[in-house]
Amino acid sequence: MRGFEPRPLDTGRVLALLVCIAALLAPHATRVPVWITSVAAAAFGARAVFAWRGYGMPPQWMLAALAVVAAAGIWVSYGALFGRDAAVALLILMLALKLMELRSTRDAFVLIVLGYFLVITAFLYSQSMPTALYLVACVLGVTACLVAFQYRQQRPSILATLRTSAAMLAQAAPLMLVLFVLFPRVQGPLWGLPQATSRGVTGLSDSMAPGSLSNLSLTDGVAFRVDFTAPIPASGQLYWRGPVMWEFDGRTWRAGESPGVPADSIQTTGDPIRYSVTLEAHETHWLFALDVPAQVVDGSRLTGDLQMIAARPVRNRFRYDMSSHLSYRFGVDETAVNLQRARRLPPGFNPRALALAGQWRSETDSARAIVQRALAMFRQQPFYYTLVPPELGRDSVDEFLFDSRRGFCEHFASSFVFLMRAAGVAARVVTGYQGGVVNPLGDYLIVRQSEAHAWAEVWVEGEGWLRVDPTAAVSPQRIDAGIAAALADGEPLPLLVRTDNAFLRQMRFGLDAMANGWNQWVLGYSPERQMRLFQRVGFSAANWQNLVIALLAVTGLVLGVLSIVVLRRLRRAAPDPLLRAWDLLSRRLAAVSPRLARRPHEGPEDYLRRTAAACPQARDALGRICRLYADARYGPAPQNQAAVELRRLIRNLKLPSAVR
Amino acid sequence: MARRVAVGDRVADWIFPPRGAERGPVMLTQRRIYIIPSRQGWLFAATLMLMLLGSINYSLGLGYVLTFLLAGLGVVGMLHTWRNLAHLQIQPGRVDPVFAGESARFGVVLINPAGFGRVSIGCDRAEAVVAFADVGPRDAATVAVEVPTVARGMLPFGRFRLFTGYPVGLFYAWSRLELDLTALVYPKPEAGEPALPVTADRDGDAGLRGRGTDDFAGLRDYHPGDPPRHIAWKSAARSDRLYTKLFEGSSGRELLLDWADTPMANAPEARLSRLARWVLMADERGCDYGLQLPGRRIPPSNGNSHRHACLEALALFDARGTGNPGVPTATGEQP
Repeated sequence: MRGFEPRPLDTGRVLALLVCIAALLAPHATRVPVWITSVAAAAFGARAVFAWRGYGMPPQWMLAALAVVAAAGIWVSYGALFGRDAAVALLILMLALKLMELRSTRDAFVLIVLGYFLVITAFLYSQSMPTALYLVACVLGVTACLVAFQYRQQRPSILATLRTSAAMLAQAAPLMLVLFVLFPRVQGPLWGLPQATSRGVTGLSDSMAPGSLSNLSLTDGVAFRVDFTAPIPASGQLYWRGPVMWEFDGRTWRAGESPGVPADSIQTTGDPIRYSVTLEAHETHWLFALDVPAQVVDGSRLTGDLQMIAARPVRNRFRYDMSSHLSYRFGVDETAVNLQRARRLPPGFNPRALALAGQWRSETDSARAIVQRALAMFRQQPFYYTLVPPELGRDSVDEFLFDSRRGFCEHFASSFVFLMRAAGVAARVVTGYQGGVVNPLGDYLIVRQSEAHAWAEVWVEGEGWLRVDPTAAVSPQRIDAGIAAALADGEPLPLLVRTDNAFLRQMRFGLDAMANGWNQWVLGYSPERQMRLFQRVGFSAANWQNLVIALLAVTGLVLGVLSIVVLRRLRRAAPDPLLRAWDLLSRRLAAVSPRLARRPHEGPEDYLRRTAAACPQARDALGRICRLYADARYGPAPQNQAAVELRRLIRNLKLPSAVR
Repeated sequence: MARRVAVGDRVADWIFPPRGAERGPVMLTQRRIYIIPSRQGWLFAATLMLMLLGSINYSLGLGYVLTFLLAGLGVVGMLHTWRNLAHLQIQPGRVDPVFAGESARFGVVLINPAGFGRVSIGCDRAEAVVAFADVGPRDAATVAVEVPTVARGMLPFGRFRLFTGYPVGLFYAWSRLELDLTALVYPKPEAGEPALPVTADRDGDAGLRGRGTDDFAGLRDYHPGDPPRHIAWKSAARSDRLYTKLFEGSSGRELLLDWADTPMANAPEARLSRLARWVLMADERGCDYGLQLPGRRIPPSNGNSHRHACLEALALFDARGTGNPGVPTATGEQP
């Protein structure tokens, strides 16, 4: 393959390549330790200066030494050379060192291929739409560099290479689409366990202290999205169950050990409602379902207090089908051990609340009556629902119930359960999400972190565990209309949760619908989804053999169309515009008289002589036309411009209707 | 890699036997163009495999998108690479005669009838440096290939490849053809200034040189082939026509460069080298000279076409039987 040998590079193309590769690396700049970013930036700068000034490269032994130092640095920073983050950092450093031996076209090609690979590593950290758009732009630039290096004769212009690469990527897009949809998908991982995809994700945890949920409510991240097959139930029924808290230490509620299996079967009435949940990564084990789940997601289990626990932390966006019964009864014969646990309180806290509960206890024996007492207290006394409650001291329940009376759902749930337990009623705190916002554009429900909620469950003899939401007693709007409606103006709600600006709201819904489609179809296109799509299209046996057949057939079809598109200009060589205009003149004159058509051997001068003699009144115009044609054809002037002018002149040419 | 390509050529020769040198424009139809992945193409494919594995392992939706987009780019690149060569029309271009030892410059004309430009079309012939050319839309370009010459005679350009890797370099598309394209290689002139055969007559030299302007005989219209130093530049400046100055030929001796005057002891090639040098020297001096070879005589004259005729006769001279030449003059023309 002579003619493909590596050859030295020129400054312009080296600089262009440096810019494109640096742009590719930019998203990693803040993810790796500062020293790696600095080293990489220095390498790019140094290589640019080398290219600019024509300096030589550092010798081989120095690069080898630097590579060893770089690996050692990675080891110190990450404690490993492999594993996702360390490997990405190592790749970046090796690429920076490769810049120092970028001498020939072969090195440039290796860099370009490494660049493509780096784009994949950037997707490990973010697969959002803006990231995708940015990286597609980078891929365009890198591909333009690849094209630029194929020019052997002239120096290519940046615009020409960009145009070529854009056209080729556009033509590659249909093939990409076919492969994306039809290429048989395999469920990862193939090796090892993917590590956390994102750090510092927010979400519910297995403990609840005053302020933890209100802080969570200040973030507007999406917790999950839900597609209902039936109409979406009323907001008051949308309790998405998460961690259940049993243990209280006076300040913080903790989940503690969950009861292993449901004590008895759940008694339900009516048909379950079906929906599918697309859960964002939240790094913990909870899967959320409406109370009460009628099924269990594969690979997870249901605990005795109806938490659905996945076998592995949810580290990637995850879609599962669920069904739930909204009218149910469960835990009627709860074990004595569990009931005992649900009445335990830490000694020495909140004396005033204990006294109040003791007083209720002495007045009635009925658990229901005690619940009613507590709810009536919340309703009748001036309690406020707010995201910015005052700080509470050691006896947090006392201070909240009798002094501040301003709190968020965790304050209400926590103090309510405390009162119940103090009055001898078994009770526990349930955290999760309540409600959600319907996106009218996609007809699905968005549940954000701001919908995080805490409520209570009390155990009543003969009825089992009953949900009681003390927040609803204080602020019914919170349950019926969502958090934004329930809070007074001026509360520091995140922008995306506010409902006051119609335009903003509309835009937010639009963006979320886009993000949802992106998640469902691009990021969440799993083997399962692929098979389901196939069944919907009408393949009864959606196995991989059929997929491969479909893939080959459709790819062949697309390739055929592509070849026609790419090669069409070969078959019908576009006649040159000047000649077309010149032929137009002949046609117009032939319309006057057939013998005025141009003869094959006639040049512009002869033709002018003959036609001007036939139509003397058009002599001047014909002269202009023929001169313009001759000048454009044989002179140095740009032809395409002249062709336009020529056409105009010929169209406006006034000819007699007939000649002698 | 070179070996594999050679195998490819052999297979191609087996399927489509060489048709011999072609005269007219040759259209590179699809049957004449072959395409295989280049080494870079294989590296690219291996990288795509890695990217696919990574996407599977980390369930990267966008990873699949990128991998498949680049795979599509490879396929589209193949089409474009093939298109870059397809339907080009190739015809033999100009080849100037050279002296043995110099490089012959073969012109291969590429005509692009299509509405898009062709970039980086390479021409690869054994022993020659690979040369490249770009051809604009509906335009023509010449790719000039320099081939070193060793011996006098006709040097055929032979079979060569037109190839391209543009636009992505992941594929190598090529076509093998043979055009009716030959270079005339004159004998290598002997080094130095061997005495001309007429130097026995010492004043011959002087006489030749003395034919300056003194014997100016008049002007006539310039004919192509007249020596430039005989053009009347002053007259040319006054009018817009060229005239050639005529000189009295009576005093100028006619030189006869005779095979017999060259040292008998020398090998035939050396004798031809001597004759080539003499032709150049005589031409330099502007005198009329003739050439006498065994079996071939070129009457005295001067000018570029005469010089060419003499050197051509030397180039094609069959030295095997110097007594009875039997020169194959199929391509040599009488002046």
